[in-house]
Amino acid sequence: MTLLLAVLVAWLFAVGTYLLLQRALTRIVLGLGLLGHGAVLLLITVGGRAGDPPLVGKGDDGVGVAAPLPQAFALTAIVIGFGMTAFLLALAYRSWVGTHDDEVQDDVEDRRVARQVADDEGHFRAPDADADADEPWDEWDDDESPKQGATS
Amino acid sequence: MNLVVLPAIIPLFAAGLALLAHRSLSAQRVISFAANLAALAAAVALLADVEANGIQAHTIGGWPAGVGITFVADLTSALFLVVSLVVLVLVQLFAIGQGVDAARPRVGQPVYLVLSAGVAMAFLTGDLFNLFVAFEVMLIASYVLLTFGAGAAQIRTGMTYVVMNVLASTLLLSTVGLIYGATGTVNMAELVGRFPELPDATRLALGLLLLAVFAIKAALFPFFFWLPDSYPTAPVAVTAVFAGLLTKVGVYTMIRATSILELDDARTVLVVAASLTMIIGVVGAIVQGDMKRILSFHIISQVGYMIMGLAVGTVAGLTGAVLYVVHHIPVKTALFLVSGLIEQATGTAQLHRLGGLVRRAPLFAALFAIPAMSLAGIPPFSGFLAKLAVITAGLDAGDYVMVAASLIASLLTIFSMSKIWAGVFWGTADDPTPTMAAADADDATFPIDRVTAGATALLVAATLIVPIFGSDVYDLAERAALDLLDPSAYVEAVRNS
Repeated sequence: MTLLLAVLVAWLFAVGTYLLLQRALTRIVLGLGLLGHGAVLLLITVGGRAGDPPLVGKGDDGVGVAAPLPQAFALTAIVIGFGMTAFLLALAYRSWVGTHDDEVQDDVEDRRVARQVADDEGHFRAPDADADADEPWDEWDDDESPKQGATS
Repeated sequence: MNLVVLPAIIPLFAAGLALLAHRSLSAQRVISFAANLAALAAAVALLADVEANGIQAHTIGGWPAGVGITFVADLTSALFLVVSLVVLVLVQLFAIGQGVDAARPRVGQPVYLVLSAGVAMAFLTGDLFNLFVAFEVMLIASYVLLTFGAGAAQIRTGMTYVVMNVLASTLLLSTVGLIYGATGTVNMAELVGRFPELPDATRLALGLLLLAVFAIKAALFPFFFWLPDSYPTAPVAVTAVFAGLLTKVGVYTMIRATSILELDDARTVLVVAASLTMIIGVVGAIVQGDMKRILSFHIISQVGYMIMGLAVGTVAGLTGAVLYVVHHIPVKTALFLVSGLIEQATGTAQLHRLGGLVRRAPLFAALFAIPAMSLAGIPPFSGFLAKLAVITAGLDAGDYVMVAASLIASLLTIFSMSKIWAGVFWGTADDPTPTMAAADADDATFPIDRVTAGATALLVAATLIVPIFGSDVYDLAERAALDLLDPSAYVEAVRNS
């Protein structure tokens, strides 16, 4: 039983890692979800064999009782994981609204630095990150999105 | 109510209140600011208590220690907590001055309070699983602050940050599970005796896994790449508080983990990671053309110095590491706040669009110069004391390669700070922004906003406390380091709680 669970944990981690390395945001979110499930299952597996409910007054000697701590950990982790997944999906949706594309874009600044190196004229070239940054996001600018810098 | 839990509970409770008061921005501001001030007062009282009476511990809910959730404050955590709350309070003032918390729906202030609570919990927890929860509380708040009301570019970079941290948290959860499986406890004080008794291979694998997770949070080499991507795009008040605090919570957990798990054999790994972090961070900074991006890369390089102190592992080394964190948190935040002031006045933080600010805004120049010199390690500022402490410790321990790396990184730090200085404060702008051009045409100075400039000035003044009370701060850091090296007092305090 434990071996089966261990293999399952490993499988969840493997699939989760594979999905995490994809470029589509939804797959990344799913991958993180699977990794989270793997971690929760790991917590339960680590807690040892199943047993009687760990309630006070019921088998006070503690023999044959399931370890309560990993179950508390697992419950907490599930709740946190649920919230995280919801937030990540909301974020992925916002990104889709902005770009109508599920792909993760290259980092604008990285591309700028790479180009600057490629230019290599031996002197400092004025960076034009602004012009570059606007390109993929045209639709977004027309949106009535809240102003940038709205948090404290 | 025990003093140890107050810095975490006050902001959480106030976050709920502030959320209820969402109709009135001023009520929200009063509640949040008062709550952070109260948390700061509690943290100062806690530091005084720990300084006078030794390590304080409290187990919540009347459970015996080792079963219930334990909160512990030793000198290291209390000291870091006080410094962090000073920064949190002043950045909050800055944010109120900028009015970035006014956007609807008004969640800015409540979420900020949750962030303070998470930071306080991470410093004070005495339990690995609760540390995971503290990280989640802190990170969820940071996700919201980073992406709330954001434009598409900010969502793109925020996504990197969120995915990276969710992954790190999952790894932390798995590691905590494995440690529980191996030792039967997640209480840090219980782990002190049990963890070193594990078979060497298990012990080292679990220890390194834990250090790797914390290294992701601390942006240590080779896990630093997410940081310069995500930090610079956020509103400056958010970036400032992230830059000052979040990676340093990672550093704190690394210090704590090496202390309780006695990971002496991980030293070589730390030496290599620290040396490469220092060099790569600062080299990354040199090619950047934007003030906020330069400063973001410097965070990485500076984290290297802290881990250098930890890697040396002697009393002097750990003293240096503690001192470095205490120096770095306010200095780094102050630099980001100055970049925010400049951005507010001119509309940009890009070097080629700025110039001659030493005449247009002499106050900004002064506010930048002090923390910048401190960051570069020029005497008599706090950075000099901290760098001196870690470098002498490194020399005494014979880690010459790491010391050489730190000196090179130090030199390059001066270089990139002068790049900002030359680009922003001297010369003229290649491609001035409209406000810059207007000010140049009239030969006028930029208007100074009292609240934001005042908050920045207070923080810059706070960075001067370390050099003024240099020997006292050093003594405090040394006592903290002694407690870290010999966790028996820590264990004793938790057992008696």
